[in-house]
Amino acid sequence: MNRIAKIVLMDILRNRIVIVYTIMLACLSWSVFALEDNSSKGLLTLLNIILLTVPLVSVIFSTIYIYNSQEFIELLLSQPLQRKKIWRSLFYGLSLSLSLSFLIGAGLPILLFSPADIAWMMVLMGCAISIIFAALAMLSSIFTRDKARGIGIAIALWLLFSLLFDGLVMFLSFQFAEYPIEKPMVAIVALNPIDLARILILLHLDVSAMMGQTGAIFKDSFGTNSGIAITLGILALWVIMPYQLSLKRFERKDL
Amino acid sequence: MIEIENINKSFGKLKVLDNVNLSCKKGECIALIGPNACGKTTLIKSILGMVISDSGVIKFNGHSIHKSFEYRASIGYMPQIGRYPDNMSISGIVEMVKDIRNHKGDLDEELFEKFRLKELGSKFMRTLSGGTTQKVSATLAFLFNPDVLILDEPTAGLDPLASEILKEKIIREKEKGKLILITSHLLSELDELITQIIFMQEGKVVFHKNTTELKSETGEEKISKAIAHILKQQQA
Repeated sequence: MNRIAKIVLMDILRNRIVIVYTIMLACLSWSVFALEDNSSKGLLTLLNIILLTVPLVSVIFSTIYIYNSQEFIELLLSQPLQRKKIWRSLFYGLSLSLSLSFLIGAGLPILLFSPADIAWMMVLMGCAISIIFAALAMLSSIFTRDKARGIGIAIALWLLFSLLFDGLVMFLSFQFAEYPIEKPMVAIVALNPIDLARILILLHLDVSAMMGQTGAIFKDSFGTNSGIAITLGILALWVIMPYQLSLKRFERKDL
Repeated sequence: MIEIENINKSFGKLKVLDNVNLSCKKGECIALIGPNACGKTTLIKSILGMVISDSGVIKFNGHSIHKSFEYRASIGYMPQIGRYPDNMSISGIVEMVKDIRNHKGDLDEELFEKFRLKELGSKFMRTLSGGTTQKVSATLAFLFNPDVLILDEPTAGLDPLASEILKEKIIREKEKGKLILITSHLLSELDELITQIIFMQEGKVVFHKNTTELKSETGEEKISKAIAHILKQQQA
């Protein structure tokens, strides 16, 4: 890891918000597993909480952090450093620290209380969602100089992916209920990283048996090994694309 | 050392740099002057690669600075308004920049000592006055013995004592044969320092002259008066 990423990482890990976030995740996970005696049920409850909070905290914290690092970026730019490296270091620092928070806060209890394969899948998805939303935050903060507007975009992205998108999918599935829409649905779901993560985890739980025909088709598309590989590939694209786009803009930006 | 060829830069509709051509050589001490918003800081930031020009070439030691970053190792930059991360202390910032630069040669800590920054070392940047922030900027600019010093309004906000220390330091560095680029509004302060003057107006270079040449042309003793003389001639 390079020097600047290390500086950024140390700075974020000392940040009060990240510490509170870790403790909050820990409290949630431990209490969920303590309340439910069935680990599978506990996992399901936790999944819903995590898929709501992790993207929210990741995207907003990262956006604010980048805006607050403006001075730091300016200082680094007058030093013999590549622009690409500065931006990459910020991204590494953010995604590493957010993943670490998730691992310590939620990952530990999940690994302790649930069966190994599903637990690892959940931990992997948690980290993936943290990193994806850090990348989206970098994109939203590079598009405008105005901090309030940047945070607004970040919140809008979170709203879109965690609430509005599901509403849209619901609307589509009711409108086209008479057609065989299961396969197009698989493609549409790929447009939302949170849904991808959710489906990937649900298919590893027993509850997938209750999802009917859609569940069967999803199991066919996402449940097989190649399906999992493709899904992970799409999640990787969700990291790479926003990040590369933001990097391209950062390289042309006047400071 | 620094060659600037046909640089143009617009911010939206506003043309900030209009076909600027300049050439700066080793051992020169150049004052970049002009009214507010004439493009001085933008020009400096273009040399540093912080602002990317729309067209034209900037060469450092014969190589274009486009997409290059290594050249900044031989530049010390003191910004007009130094902005530093709030949650870092003075010594934290200095250590961090040392760490980032990974400088192999000797460090020049003269200003750090003369400005007595060591005693303030544990203070956080957000608590500092404008003058102390300027002292930190100056220290960082001179710390790595760079060949080129770019100082944007170096003495603004410094008390007379600190400003004198800085001026002496600039003169000493000039005698070592470094290229020094200063922007300032306080012309009287520059009299003893500079060898060349670049005068900019509305994004254009009006003239680039030797100070002795300028003084003899206008028949004035002081640079400030010589410039005033030229401006009056232009208006007439």
